[in-house]
Amino acid sequence: MDLPHHGYRATAKPRARAAPPTADSVLFDDTSSGGAPAMNSQAYYTPGYNMAAPTNDMQGGVGVNNLFTDPMANAAMMYGSSLANQGKDMVNKEISRFMSMNKLKYFFAVDTRYVLKKLMILMFPYTHQDWEVRYHRDTPLPPRQDVNAPDLYIPTMAFITYILLAGMALGIQKRFSPEVLGLCASTALVWVIIEVLVMLLSLYLLTVHSDLSTFDLIAYSGYKYVGMIFTMLCGLLFGSDGYYVALAWSSCALMFFIVRSLKMKILTSLSSDSMGTASSAKPHLRLYITVATALFQPIIIYWLTSHLIRRAFHHLHHTVRTTQTEPLSTHMIRVPRVRYGDIFCIISPSLVNPGFYLSTFDKA
Amino acid sequence: MAFTLYSLIQTAILCTNAIAVLHEERFLSKIGWGVDQGVGGFGDDPGVKAQILNLIRSVRTVMRVPLIIVNSACIALLLVFG
Repeated sequence: MDLPHHGYRATAKPRARAAPPTADSVLFDDTSSGGAPAMNSQAYYTPGYNMAAPTNDMQGGVGVNNLFTDPMANAAMMYGSSLANQGKDMVNKEISRFMSMNKLKYFFAVDTRYVLKKLMILMFPYTHQDWEVRYHRDTPLPPRQDVNAPDLYIPTMAFITYILLAGMALGIQKRFSPEVLGLCASTALVWVIIEVLVMLLSLYLLTVHSDLSTFDLIAYSGYKYVGMIFTMLCGLLFGSDGYYVALAWSSCALMFFIVRSLKMKILTSLSSDSMGTASSAKPHLRLYITVATALFQPIIIYWLTSHLIRRAFHHLHHTVRTTQTEPLSTHMIRVPRVRYGDIFCIISPSLVNPGFYLSTFDKA
Repeated sequence: MAFTLYSLIQTAILCTNAIAVLHEERFLSKIGWGVDQGVGGFGDDPGVKAQILNLIRSVRTVMRVPLIIVNSACIALLLVFG
C-alpha cells in the first residue's frame, strides 16, 4: 500500500508547503504537481481547485496554442472552452442552491489508509478505543485526518458493489434480467431514504440538538452495505451455514459500531434546557432512538439479502454434488458449474478502480 | 417488497395528503391538538406533542399549493395512462 505512493508524496510535499493556510487547504492540497499534461487537465477541475486553476488555465492555453497553426481552430477552441466554462459555472450555481458542495466534498476527502482502517473498524469494532470525533476550531476534521469521522465514499462504493453482487447472485440462479438489477438498486435506495427520513423525524420530534446533518445520517445508514456485502459473499462461497454465521457476525459488529458512534452524538448532545434540570423522559427517548437504529440494521441486512441468497444455495450445492458424484452420468443436469473465480472477477473491478483514484489523493 | 422510485413518490404524496387533510377547527381542536394548545413550554424543550403540532401546522401551510398542483398532475396522469 505504501510503495506506489512514494513518487506522489515526494512531489506533493513542496507544493503542500506553498499552499495558503485557508480552510480549503485542509481538505484539498493540490497533489497533482506534475508537468504540462497535469496542468492541462487541471483547467477542467471543479471550483475546489480555484486557487490553482487561474494560473493553470493560462499556461495550459499557451501550451495548446502552439499545437494549432490554424487560427480558426484556435478561435473555435477558445470559444468552445469558454462556453464549457460558462456551462459548468451555471450548473455549479444551480446545484449549490440545493446542497452545499463544500459540505459534500468534506465527506469524500478520504485516503486509502482511512478506508482500510474504517473497513476494519466496521467489521471488528471491539478493539477500537477512542470513538470521539475530533474537531479543529469548531469544524470537524475531514476523514483523512480522523478515523472516526463519517464519510460518504465507503457507503457509495459499498452500495454499488452490493448491486453488482445482487446481479451476480441472481445470475447464478438464472433469474437475472437488467430490469431486476434496477429494481434491486431502487429498493435498496428507497430503504436508505426511508431510514434517513425516520431518523430525521425522530431527531426533530425529540429536539435533539446534535450536529448530525443529513449527510451524516446518510453516511451512517450506508455503512450497513459493507456488512451486507460480507454476508452475501460468505453466503455465496460457503453456503447456508456461512450465510447465517456471517449475518450474525456482521449484525453484531454493525450494531456495536452504530451504538458507539451515535452515542457520542445523540446522547451527550446539548439540549436547549438552560436550567440544567434534564427532564426524565429525554435520556430514555434518546437511548431508544440509538437502540432502535442499531436494531434496524440486522433486520434490513437480512431482508435485503436473504431473497437473493436462498435459492442460490440449491444451485451452488447441487452443481457441486452432481459433478463430483456422477461424472459419467448421461442424464446430467445442464447447469453450468459455478466457478468461484467468477465471483472474484466480478467484484474486483469495483474494489480496485476506486483505489486508483484514491492513490492520487494520498497525503504524506 | 420491491420498491420502485415511483412507489416512493406515491408514498410521499399520500402521506403529505394525509397530514394536510387534518382540519384545524373541525378535528384538531376537538381532540386537543389545536394550535393554541401546543405552545406549552417556552424557551425550554418544547416537548414531543408541541413538535408534532408544529409539524402538522407547517406542513399544512407550506404544502397546500404544491399539493394541489401535484395531486392534479397525478390524477391527470392516472386517468390518461392508467
